[in-house]
Amino acid sequence: MLRVENLHAYYGKSHILQGVSLFIGEGEIVSLLGRNGVGRSTTITAIMGQVAHTGSIVFRGEDIGGLEAHQIAQRGIGYVPENRNIFPTLTTRQNLLLGEKKPGQTGRWSMADLFELFPLLRERADFPGGVLSGGEQQLLAICRTLMGDPDLIMIDEPTEGLAPQLVEQVGRLLQEIADRGVSILLVEQKLTIALKISKRVYVMGHGKIVWDGTPQELRADPQIRREWLEV
Amino acid sequence: MEILFFSLFNGILYGLLLFMLSAGLTLIFGMMGVLNFAHASFFMLGAYFAYQISQFIGFWPALVIAPLVVGVAGALVERYGLRQVHKYGHVAELLFTFGIAFVIEELVQMVWGKAPVPYEIPQSMKFTALTWQGMNYSAYRVFMVLISVGIFAALYLFLKRTRVGLIIQAALSYPDVVGSLGHNVPRIFMLVFGFGTALAGIAGVLGGNVLGTEPAMALQLGTIVFVVIVVGGLGSLGGALIASIFIGLLTNMAVSFDIPFRGFFEALGVSPEAMGTGKDLIDMTSSGISPILPYLLLVLMLIFRPRGLFGQRDV
Ligand SMILES: Nc1ncnc2c1ncn2[C@@H]1O[C@H](COP(=O)(O)OP(=O)(O)O)[C@@H](O)[C@H]1O
Ligand SMILES: [Mg+2]
Repeated sequence: MLRVENLHAYYGKSHILQGVSLFIGEGEIVSLLGRNGVGRSTTITAIMGQVAHTGSIVFRGEDIGGLEAHQIAQRGIGYVPENRNIFPTLTTRQNLLLGEKKPGQTGRWSMADLFELFPLLRERADFPGGVLSGGEQQLLAICRTLMGDPDLIMIDEPTEGLAPQLVEQVGRLLQEIADRGVSILLVEQKLTIALKISKRVYVMGHGKIVWDGTPQELRADPQIRREWLEV
Repeated sequence: MEILFFSLFNGILYGLLLFMLSAGLTLIFGMMGVLNFAHASFFMLGAYFAYQISQFIGFWPALVIAPLVVGVAGALVERYGLRQVHKYGHVAELLFTFGIAFVIEELVQMVWGKAPVPYEIPQSMKFTALTWQGMNYSAYRVFMVLISVGIFAALYLFLKRTRVGLIIQAALSYPDVVGSLGHNVPRIFMLVFGFGTALAGIAGVLGGNVLGTEPAMALQLGTIVFVVIVVGGLGSLGGALIASIFIGLLTNMAVSFDIPFRGFFEALGVSPEAMGTGKDLIDMTSSGISPILPYLLLVLMLIFRPRGLFGQRDV
């Protein structure tokens, strides 16, 4: 579905991505793990066309490397940024509506659906996004992207800074997304959710993929975890 | 008392004109981070186009056509100029808009000359619409107020109620996110730029025949409009509205009431003789300093509240 090969990116003079390659199959859940600052966010913002890069990014047979973010989104890739970026002056409902690429489009998700899954959001429907708690904003950010009915969703550290109960809700949402046949590229630092739901895992260190395999293999390999993941 | 109402009215009128200019400027800044130096030049173009078009087919068609032409010109400047310059950063953008301002000024001088052109209030509007508290309010001025208020009501509803309005609001805080949700942000930028310059164009059509249509008008009003958006808070429409009306009232009141400073200095216990060379200051009145009041306000604002009344970020 998505194949990234030899991706390089720079911030000024510093060489942030040094040849990242990864692959996501149809309907697959893949995690991109690693410590802070290794370049996971840069990888997915580069895929989303928001960071200048070289290398090849092919989505469903099409090279999307030169496209703008909105064109990439229109091709079916959704992106949930790590700082959530809920539009603060718009209500929860309006935030969700802006997730639709065309007004009133129907896809895998409707607002009623999402409110059903998360009554918490329905209660907040008419509150400005800016007053929601961190956890509510995280759920809203994911739901907003789902409103655009992506076939692949890239989610950057959805559980960062959340209370355990909300981490559990985010996990439930990810499972639901996978159940509806959407592929997921999940960026995480902690292993909790990632290992539970992923089919495959990439471990990233210093701008490169340093390991890949299944969650079982990663569980069985304390040395990799110690070298690249544990803090 | 009559003077109070009269200068209130004129102050609000001037403030509304300022807001029509600053609304576009602050929207453009909020969305794109571009401080468009040429914004008031589009205001000037509006006035000149209106003058030219009214020569041929009259004021009323000009009121519609001139802003449209200005808006299209603005959209083209964004699409084929600013968008290309964008990748070189904000300094390049600022220099580019500077360049546009000079080009427009030169063009205006080439076509219409350095002297003011006789852009006049339409004959049909040269009567007294209402007399209140002994003062006459001209039909044209009343019309200006009505049309500005109408435009703002429409603008407000557009931003709050329509999908494109919501997208614009969203792009004011996170343009990247709006793009990654699949909305064509560059196109929205172009629309906002065109729309903002069209608003400046309307202000030019409405204000050109009251304030005077000449090549210096862009710079004159342009600087005050910058004061408005800094005082209101960069990117804040509400702030721009309040700052516009406030500055409009402030400058008008200072002229109308012409308060002498002598009393103020005497109250402070400073005698004219003790001032030495500063003696002239004591003999001045508030109307004398009225033109610099906006800049005084700007300086105070920058010192005490750099983000302006409602700004999200510092200047
Ligand atoms: N906008 C930026 N400008 C300059 N350097 C950046 C920027 N964003 C990230 N970096 C640097 O790039 C590296 C990778 O960052 P990032 O992709 O955010 O890592 P991760 O998401 O894995 O924590 C870090 O060293 C970070 O300091
Ligand atoms: Mg990150």
